[in-house]
Amino acid sequence: MDQVNYNRKINFSWLFKMAVRDSRRNRSRLLLFISSIVFGIGALVAIYSFRYNIQNDVDNQAATLIGADLTISGNKAPDGELKTLTDSLGDDRSQERSFASMVLFPKSFGTRLVQVRALQGGFPYYGELETVPLHAGSTFKKGKYALVDKTLMMQFNAKVNDSVKVGNETFVIAGLLNKAPGQTGISSGIAPVVYIPLQYLEQTGLAKLGSRITYSYFYKFNNTRAIPKLIKTLDPKLEKDGFNYDTIATRKENTGRSFEDLSRFLSLVGFIALLLGCVGVASAINIYIREKIRSIAIMRCMGVKASEAFLIYLIQIAGIGLVGSIAGAALGTGIQHLLPMVLKDFLPITISVSISWMAIWQGIVLGLIISVLFALLPLISIRNISPLNTLRLSFDDTTTIKDPLRWLVYSLVLLFIVSFSYLQLEDWTGAVVFTIGIAIAFLILTAIAWLLIRFTRLLIMSSWSYIWRQGFANLYRPNNQTIILTVSIGLSTAFICTLFLIQQLLISQVTLSTGDNQSNMILFDIQTSQKKAIADLTRKQGLKVLSQVPIVTIRLDKVNGKTAADVKKDTTLKINPHVFTYEYRVSYRDSLTASEKITSGEWIGKTIPGKDVPVSAEERFAERAKVKVGDKLIFNVQGVLMNAYVASIRKVNWNKISTNFQIVFPTGVLEDAPQFNVLLTHVPNNTVSAKLQQVVVQQFPNVSIVDLGLVLSVLDELLDKIGYVIKFMSGFSIITGIIVLISSVRISKYQRIQESVLLRTLGASRKQIFAITALEYLFLGTLSALTGIIIAIGASWLLAVYRFDMPYHVNLLPVVAIFFAITLLTVIIGLLNSRGILNKPPLEVLRSNS
Amino acid sequence: MPAETILNIQNLNKTYKSAGRTLTVLDDINFSISTGSTNAIVGPSGSGKTTLLGLCAGLDSASSGIVELNGIGLSNLGEDKRAQVRNQYVGFIFQNFQLLPTLTALENVMVPLELRGEKNIKARSQDLLDKVGLADRGHHYPAQLSGGEQQRVSLARAFSNSPKILFADEPTGNLDAETSEKVVKLIFDLNREAGTTLVLVTHDLELAAKTHRIIKIKGGKLVSDEKTCNE
Ligand SMILES: Nc1ncnc2c1ncn2[C@@H]1O[C@H](COP(=O)(O)OP(=O)(O)OP(=O)(O)O)[C@@H](O)[C@H]1O
Ligand SMILES: [Mg+2]
Repeated sequence: MDQVNYNRKINFSWLFKMAVRDSRRNRSRLLLFISSIVFGIGALVAIYSFRYNIQNDVDNQAATLIGADLTISGNKAPDGELKTLTDSLGDDRSQERSFASMVLFPKSFGTRLVQVRALQGGFPYYGELETVPLHAGSTFKKGKYALVDKTLMMQFNAKVNDSVKVGNETFVIAGLLNKAPGQTGISSGIAPVVYIPLQYLEQTGLAKLGSRITYSYFYKFNNTRAIPKLIKTLDPKLEKDGFNYDTIATRKENTGRSFEDLSRFLSLVGFIALLLGCVGVASAINIYIREKIRSIAIMRCMGVKASEAFLIYLIQIAGIGLVGSIAGAALGTGIQHLLPMVLKDFLPITISVSISWMAIWQGIVLGLIISVLFALLPLISIRNISPLNTLRLSFDDTTTIKDPLRWLVYSLVLLFIVSFSYLQLEDWTGAVVFTIGIAIAFLILTAIAWLLIRFTRLLIMSSWSYIWRQGFANLYRPNNQTIILTVSIGLSTAFICTLFLIQQLLISQVTLSTGDNQSNMILFDIQTSQKKAIADLTRKQGLKVLSQVPIVTIRLDKVNGKTAADVKKDTTLKINPHVFTYEYRVSYRDSLTASEKITSGEWIGKTIPGKDVPVSAEERFAERAKVKVGDKLIFNVQGVLMNAYVASIRKVNWNKISTNFQIVFPTGVLEDAPQFNVLLTHVPNNTVSAKLQQVVVQQFPNVSIVDLGLVLSVLDELLDKIGYVIKFMSGFSIITGIIVLISSVRISKYQRIQESVLLRTLGASRKQIFAITALEYLFLGTLSALTGIIIAIGASWLLAVYRFDMPYHVNLLPVVAIFFAITLLTVIIGLLNSRGILNKPPLEVLRSNS
Repeated sequence: MPAETILNIQNLNKTYKSAGRTLTVLDDINFSISTGSTNAIVGPSGSGKTTLLGLCAGLDSASSGIVELNGIGLSNLGEDKRAQVRNQYVGFIFQNFQLLPTLTALENVMVPLELRGEKNIKARSQDLLDKVGLADRGHHYPAQLSGGEQQRVSLARAFSNSPKILFADEPTGNLDAETSEKVVKLIFDLNREAGTTLVLVTHDLELAAKTHRIIKIKGGKLVSDEKTCNE
């Protein structure tokens, strides 16, 4: 008697062969599995490529963002040692004074608040002032010429060689300014720039009156390697006098950081698309493997080991996953061409679109991991398929539930989601909370499906018509697809709907309300001596003075005895160092306004002479400076140190347009400090607005006017664009969700084919089969979509309150629309599935499935 | 002929637990089968024939009792080891053919040989297809073959690994009389040629009468075990 060879080696080439053979007749099914991978990876690769390109572009273009090797800026003229320093640094130097001021276009009598930049020297050394005509960017400094931003030119219909009046001086427009270093399309819309030569600043008369001039010095070095060393010696000197510096390196860092927010949002969107892809993979493979039970049982009969059967399908899935990932990477590389188009107005750099092999590589690896990991759960159940299934198809999978490997796969999946969301969010708690949230959503949906299976059985009444009974019975009968479809439809709905709700909240967050009695015009830089005259002038135009507020510019010197230097040394203090460099525009009054609310402490409206000054801090400022009620602050009020303490902390509704402040002083201390006033009024239309601006500018050239109507329209446009970006990005995820939905419902087709054909053979009419199918999917779709939406409302509420920190409200109409859309989509795809069966002769279908 | 035993069944019991109740499907079955013999298991529907066959072939494990195949006790062998025993000693024919739908006829026949890592697989499989009269249908998928053709492919597959014992569960149950006859003739011819032991489950008493021995079971119990005059 010969011996059995129990140690047959695993023959990988044969397993590969079997994997390929087996896939041959299932290509269309596997295509559905692929489609979710393709879109998920596509979104991700597009976003990753975009991110890498931005990184590259920031690195390459950082020099043109700043325009020089070193810039020094402060809001007073440097004196003493610093003056000698600023006059001697670098191999080439330029300087600029910039301030906000009204300008007048005499031809059209148009006036508008602009950013005036008085420039001298060869700046920019990198990049250029992009003008029409081209040479105007350098020639305007040779005479009484100005460069005017293109939005201004357009608004007032001005042409090159027209004139523009800045303060007391009239300049000839030498060119139209398209772009200056570091400027974005959006920033020029809100604060358009007018360049004039520095030598004429004096004559405008604005340098004397306006106190809020920024002094900037630009340097070019032949030997740039010496800069870091120079900075070290420069830093303390600059800080002492309240000056800031910027180098190409620091700008690179800052720009990179501001892109990080953008790319983090994009990554999150990509991540959700990817998670949807995972749901698609898991559900498609689940149903696929279920159909393969018989084939696997036959193989087992022939003597294929459990591990070999497992490997055959693992190889197959990995292969298909690889193909899907490669297709996804290709799609993503294509899509990334669209991103810069959508985002170009927000970015100060030109974004190149080049193929990022890094992103492609990451996408492919990720796609492969996901396909295998999320297919693993159904795949391990292959090991438990008994060869007995050849004799009798058994439908109990109790063996799978007990399989300890199942728990390993669950942990791997959780680990993957946690670590991948950590990579996106860069925050462990966030990643864990996110993962737990997904797990809870998953459990809720599974529980709902389970309850559904249990209770429909009890619900069905014999008095119902056959069609109803059959349709509902499909939900619990053996081989039902209730759990898998509920979970996948429900999760896709939850993801789509959450994204949608958050998107709506983000967009509504940035829309400003402007009512009739709300101020829409602000006059500022009013000297104390001009205060009364300007109020009278306003009233003479038939306008109401809604409020008049004094503003004092101060700096923060110490927080509880700690200076900026202390905070830098001791990071455990957690105080944001910027609180010391910022210039605060504060006001003083004896009462709160309507848009303010005390959250802790007590509002004190009057100072007791000789004691510390009781100030009120705005919430976010208190958070940044890490102060609470009772903490001591020392302010520097234009050179005079003032002891104060936090008497109260306020919540401010910043959405309303009024004058709001981070710090409000009580009356009785700042009245004599150097200050200017702000006046708010409401103008009914553009004509009145233009008239007021003209009279004010003529009599008080130092006063600046902001027409909020104009700013709001620019802002509106900006918000529209932001909304568009958000929608565009979310669109990725939503498309993936729909694809997943389609593929999971589509794949369920194969479950019902046999039955529908049998019913037809038994004499059921097409209409009856249609109705039975429609009922089953209608019920599944309704319940899953509803559950998904409820989960989404919960999730978006949590996100809104804890992550985005904004008030929550649900816009019911779109939610209802999503509900109907998803339910309808489920039913339609379900019906399309059965249509294929209904139109073929039953025999053909029965045969191809035997 | 000194009867060497290929299959030995002792005190075999099989029970199913469902909804708290125990259902005894096989009750203390004893018999043994000698190498090279042909045997039929007959009995009314639901009597446990398929269950018995499954246990004999090592597709399932018994609740108690001994199943020895070619001297190997299957009861205490793991599924993977049983799979390798099947691959080396056992051939199967099923009522509903059970071909792999994604493989062509030829590939279906090749699988057991490929699993064993043998040589010359294609030619040998093609030979077998020739023998069952399907020489030119090798590239067809099961769905493109008639029931009788499918069963012939599964016959070719069953003999491809030169099994010591062949189990057939109602091999003609899905076929018409004429086709049945052809398939039965093939089974017996191939069996004789290869000297394989045959165990077949059938309702068809005419078919059962062609074997050496008829084992009758009823309600899970062995009720008679007779030699036929074919011996
Ligand atoms: N998984 C199971 N759970 C419970 N009972 C089972 C299970 N499998 C089989 N049975 C029962 O075991 C008994 C024997 O079944 P088996 O399939 O062996 O009968 P059979 O003799 O092959 O019948 P037929 O001639 O109709 O094929 C039947 O009563 C069946 O209901
Ligand atoms: Mg049977």
